[in-house]
Amino acid sequence: MSIKINHLTYIYNLGTAFEKRALDDVSLEIKQGEFIGLIGHTGSGKSTLIQHLNGIITPTQGEILLDEENIHRDKAKLKEVRRRIGLAFQYPEYQLFEMTVYKDVAFGPTNMQLSKEEIHANVISALETVGIAPELYEKSPFELSGGQKRRVAIAGVLAMNPEILILDEPTAGLDPKGRDEILQAIKRLHEERGITVILVSHSMEDVAKLVDRIIVMHEGKAAMTGTPKEVFCHVKELEAMGLAAPQVSYVFAALKEKGFDVPLDVYTVEEAKKVLINLVKQVSV
Amino acid sequence: MIRDITIGQFYPVDSPIHRLDARVKLTMTFIYIITLFMINSFVGYLFVIAALMAEIQVSKVPLKFMLKGIRSIMIIIFFTAFINLFMTRGEHILWQWGFLSLTVEGIMLAIKMCIRLVLLIVGSSVLTLTTTPIQLTDGIEYMLRPFKKIGVPAHEIAMMMTIALRFIPTLLDETDKIMKAQQARGADFDTGNLMQKAKSLIPILVPLFISAFRRAEELAMAMEARCYHGDENRTRMNRMYMQKRDYHAFVLGLIYIVAIIGLRYASNIFPFLI
Repeated sequence: MSIKINHLTYIYNLGTAFEKRALDDVSLEIKQGEFIGLIGHTGSGKSTLIQHLNGIITPTQGEILLDEENIHRDKAKLKEVRRRIGLAFQYPEYQLFEMTVYKDVAFGPTNMQLSKEEIHANVISALETVGIAPELYEKSPFELSGGQKRRVAIAGVLAMNPEILILDEPTAGLDPKGRDEILQAIKRLHEERGITVILVSHSMEDVAKLVDRIIVMHEGKAAMTGTPKEVFCHVKELEAMGLAAPQVSYVFAALKEKGFDVPLDVYTVEEAKKVLINLVKQVSV
Repeated sequence: MIRDITIGQFYPVDSPIHRLDARVKLTMTFIYIITLFMINSFVGYLFVIAALMAEIQVSKVPLKFMLKGIRSIMIIIFFTAFINLFMTRGEHILWQWGFLSLTVEGIMLAIKMCIRLVLLIVGSSVLTLTTTPIQLTDGIEYMLRPFKKIGVPAHEIAMMMTIALRFIPTLLDETDKIMKAQQARGADFDTGNLMQKAKSLIPILVPLFISAFRRAEELAMAMEARCYHGDENRTRMNRMYMQKRDYHAFVLGLIYIVAIIGLRYASNIFPFLI
């Protein structure tokens, strides 16, 4: 299943003095099974864009096609659209409300009117995917640690069995360990279940490491799109948009300046490690 | 959208009324409310309406904004009118059914009560539309000071009001976010019967309360970290000073009171003014 966005424009507070054009004629296509990274400076329209994808916001102009069908064509189907396109907001742990972890994760599938067995299976599988131990299922979600809460909240979206998963800054405000756990879980989901993932992130490192394709938002427009290598070689343009390439690439640019023979398109730590070990071997020989 | 609700309804223009000291405006509004209940003739109300219109003109706030407040108390106005229309005993009975009776006196009373309520709301709207919430709470704190001796925590009350006002937009934003997040999980707030609708509020209210408590705790901590410990020995950044214009306003207010009292006695002497 694919999402197609055609000439999407969205204006906040239309017709008042506070009118603000958040999205300006955005056209994009997201294919089945892709892992997309959505980056952009604060206020570039990322959050507005992803809220359109599952119909939380209705476009001012343009349309969103899910499998060639406009998601707003049939209001009754909107719930189904929201099930198929799971959206985890920023700081999703603030939406927890139930008495137990299990019940909270079951909220989504219950709203989707699935059968009891299905709900149970979905909840367990979602909690397993995000790495929440069974002894926590009957605990109050408010007793958990920050990272655990975040994972439970994401499980709440996963339990609806979405075909596309959108995550808005899933690692914001977490410690490195919590961040790795969440990113690992997302990676597993993509690889094992083949879910299409859209990851909104401020961390160029995370994006470089995980995604197949990057979409750069700038002032309400989709300014650039391409593989991480294609996007990150436009360092000047990225910096003009208030973004940057992954830090590793700056190290390599500095090395090149010092006269070392290194490639400039190194964006992940793993890659950098390989190149540097080779370099050290060459120099020591 | 939930964002459209405005509670701190300050209308930002520069006018003589906006520039007045908040304490003056508070006192005058208080006096104005008392005079509303002193008046007993239509001529008196005409005078108040004229004075109010002049004030609104000077304040440069569009009349539309002033009248907005009436909408929210429409039910109260209707209710008051209904009670007064049918429950007032009088000599000139026009229509009667059981304990309900329509009398000339009742009609007059109902009209007067409605005018009174509308004037009350519009008059106090002038205060809130021309004074920033911060000025308003500062003014209230100052005016409550004399009551400190009998144990009224003036500073604390004012601080609580300031904080409450400050957090209204924040909590509205938060509500908006939580609603969207639960909608993304298939929550439905619009359909179903009353019971189901009430139940569908739980996923919004619980996170909202938790976040309000969390914010309160964080704010308290941040204030204490900056050595806030209440009123004692606290100096102010913005001190309030009475200006010439404030005294002029007081004189105008005095003339207004004299006129109202005059009108009241005049209507006692010349009953046709009723």
